[in-house]
Amino acid sequence: MDFDLSEEQRLLKDSVDGLLKSSYDFEQRKKYATEKGGWSRSVWSKLAEQGLLGLPFSEEDGGFGAGAVETMIVMESLGRALMLEPYLPTVVLGGGFLRRGGSAAQKAAHIPGIIDGSKTFAFAQLEKNSRYDLADVSTTAKKQGDGYVIDGEKFVVLNGASADTLIVTARTKGGQTDRTGIGAFIVPASAKGISIKGYETQDGLHAADITFSGVEVGADAALGNPEDALPLIEQVVDDARIALCAEAVGAMDESLKSTVEYLKTRTQFGVPIGSFQVLQHRASDMFVNLEQARSMAMFATMAADFDDAKERSNAVAAAKVQIGKSSRFVGQQSIQLHGGVGMTMEYKIGHYFKRLSMIENTFGDTDYHLKRVTDNGGLMK
Amino acid sequence: MDLSLSKDELAFRDEVRTFFNENVPPSMKQKLREGRHTSKQDLVDWTRILNKKGWAVPHWPVEHGGTGWTPVQQYIFNEELQMAPAQPPLPFGVNMVGPVILTFGSEEQKKYYLPRIANMDDWWCQGFSEPGSGSDLASLKTTAKKKGDSWIVNGQKTWTTLAQHADWIFCLCRTDPSAKKQSGISFILIDMKSRGITVRPIKTIDGGVEVNEVFFDDVEVPLHNLVGEENKGWDYAKFLLGNERTNIARVGMSKERIRRIKELASSVQSGGKPVMEDQKFREKLASIEIELKALELTQMRVVANEGKYGKGRPDPASSILKIKGSDIQQATTELLMDVIGPFAAPFASDDEGSNEISDWTTQIAPGYFNYRKVSIYGGSNEIQRNIIAKAVLGL
Repeated sequence: MDFDLSEEQRLLKDSVDGLLKSSYDFEQRKKYATEKGGWSRSVWSKLAEQGLLGLPFSEEDGGFGAGAVETMIVMESLGRALMLEPYLPTVVLGGGFLRRGGSAAQKAAHIPGIIDGSKTFAFAQLEKNSRYDLADVSTTAKKQGDGYVIDGEKFVVLNGASADTLIVTARTKGGQTDRTGIGAFIVPASAKGISIKGYETQDGLHAADITFSGVEVGADAALGNPEDALPLIEQVVDDARIALCAEAVGAMDESLKSTVEYLKTRTQFGVPIGSFQVLQHRASDMFVNLEQARSMAMFATMAADFDDAKERSNAVAAAKVQIGKSSRFVGQQSIQLHGGVGMTMEYKIGHYFKRLSMIENTFGDTDYHLKRVTDNGGLMK
Repeated sequence: MDLSLSKDELAFRDEVRTFFNENVPPSMKQKLREGRHTSKQDLVDWTRILNKKGWAVPHWPVEHGGTGWTPVQQYIFNEELQMAPAQPPLPFGVNMVGPVILTFGSEEQKKYYLPRIANMDDWWCQGFSEPGSGSDLASLKTTAKKKGDSWIVNGQKTWTTLAQHADWIFCLCRTDPSAKKQSGISFILIDMKSRGITVRPIKTIDGGVEVNEVFFDDVEVPLHNLVGEENKGWDYAKFLLGNERTNIARVGMSKERIRRIKELASSVQSGGKPVMEDQKFREKLASIEIELKALELTQMRVVANEGKYGKGRPDPASSILKIKGSDIQQATTELLMDVIGPFAAPFASDDEGSNEISDWTTQIAPGYFNYRKVSIYGGSNEIQRNIIAKAVLGL
């Protein structure tokens, strides 16, 4: 049992935090949000220069062979900075599909572009009626010659309007919610038949609704088995959930810091409001929530590479429940304790609240994951 | 970072588990599983079994009977003990007065008291709270005045757990009434057989008698029963209360309780099927399991940090353990109420205040009532929030 970071992990943390400190304060973030697509290419290049975009890839693929702990470290820091750049869709999701399910040729074709920062990805999965069920897929990929023709609609695709490449889930056979017959395909965003409607999301990120009509791809577009990619999809989405848990911990950590700072400086009735016990206790409860969430984010991180997929997904679901509950408490109370200023678009605390709220509803909310843990018979063996 | 136990730690866990499987008296195990009170003799016998094995006071220094285990091993030991389930050795001796004597006592005190604590030759109780001094402990009024070779003690302690069994009590007494409140207090050991001590039981809402009032009326206590320096008792008390917080999460006990809940919920019917198949009940249970897992990891993080705040100084984050640990313990007693439903109602009592003779189903409501105490004792959960606000958040 060991909770310490290794020397290398500490250096990684210092390097990410250093970068964010110099180029990602809240005012700079506002400026990045106005750039094309709502994020900064120059920040993205810096992430590439520091090797952060290549972390999880194996050394033979040109990466650093880092594990889930390293991703946790990065995501927590990005969460603290409320980063807008598409790390999750590109490195965690796109990269996850490639490194866990890609052929040698697919890896060679796509991983270098992720690592050097020249290409970003998006994961086109959500459909109008699928909600959080990854097996609920209506988009079709019909065999045509050697390749496939993709038809369907995907929604709230994070980084969908900026991405160079999409990973698209589509059904190759079976009914709408069958667990088999689902494929995951690599599709260039510029392919004929794709139309993309981009928009800003509540938390200042960007997403898109994407329509596929008669989009033709080759046989080499399929990641793994085109008729049985659900286990791959579930594993990569679990990677994303784990990363989101860490991001949420970073955002909560910063929310609490900022709130405590406010309690110490805001005066009313002639004293700092932090001297009032009712507010002290609320802040203490925020701390308890944060630390419980941190513990579960670590738990999920350790589960990332469990051999048993069921055990992994159960652990990740449990973590997402805790993170969801804690995020709600910390997010809401941060606003409450800031008072009126917490309601303003200009001040940063509300933006943390909004990001935490969106994380809760990404890849399964608290109720959804609680039901999963329940159906698995709980956590105790 | 690696949250799993190492090979050596797993081997250690198996060794401890095997020992408990083979040595915990079945009658004690049964009583604990059914939420009954154990007797004085149960705990004395069990502590002596542990002491014979050399495990009664694992956290003490090796020269005084400790094991030299790492914090992780200590943690594993406590977890396995609670899950067995077996009763932990009496905390007032091994976790409270023992470490105070070890750290601040004289050589004579160490030599006399420590082996007797480890072997349960003496049953200790804690004389801290008073009717007017609960969370504001430093306002205590019990006095000890020097007269010849003795302290003369007068006053009243309350909420004294299991004082009815006790041979000794460690007391905070005011020895300098002119000093400001924290600085005039001394830590004194008092023989419960002394003339002038009266113990009066307090019946609690569950119908049991765990706590007592203890009255001191001109009780003569030898001067050498003072621990450490005169008027430094508050420092020793803070040291003691800090130690109390580290073992308070009771993760192992809650795990055992959840196992028990699942077992009972599978046998009790509701609407033609076991309660365990009710979706709402299952979700409540799963929710608690998740919180318990989070607490277990938080506790492991605190354990891994042990010593980083200086010897004997608890990690302020250990206040989380008290708050969440007691929340979860209470939640498990609520779930048991949900399981038993209308059959929670029958009340069973006997003259002893011990519930040994009654059917176990009658223990569920009293267990629920009784466990409201866990968010009050050991520094109430509100006091823990004060500690977090001050020591962690700097408010």
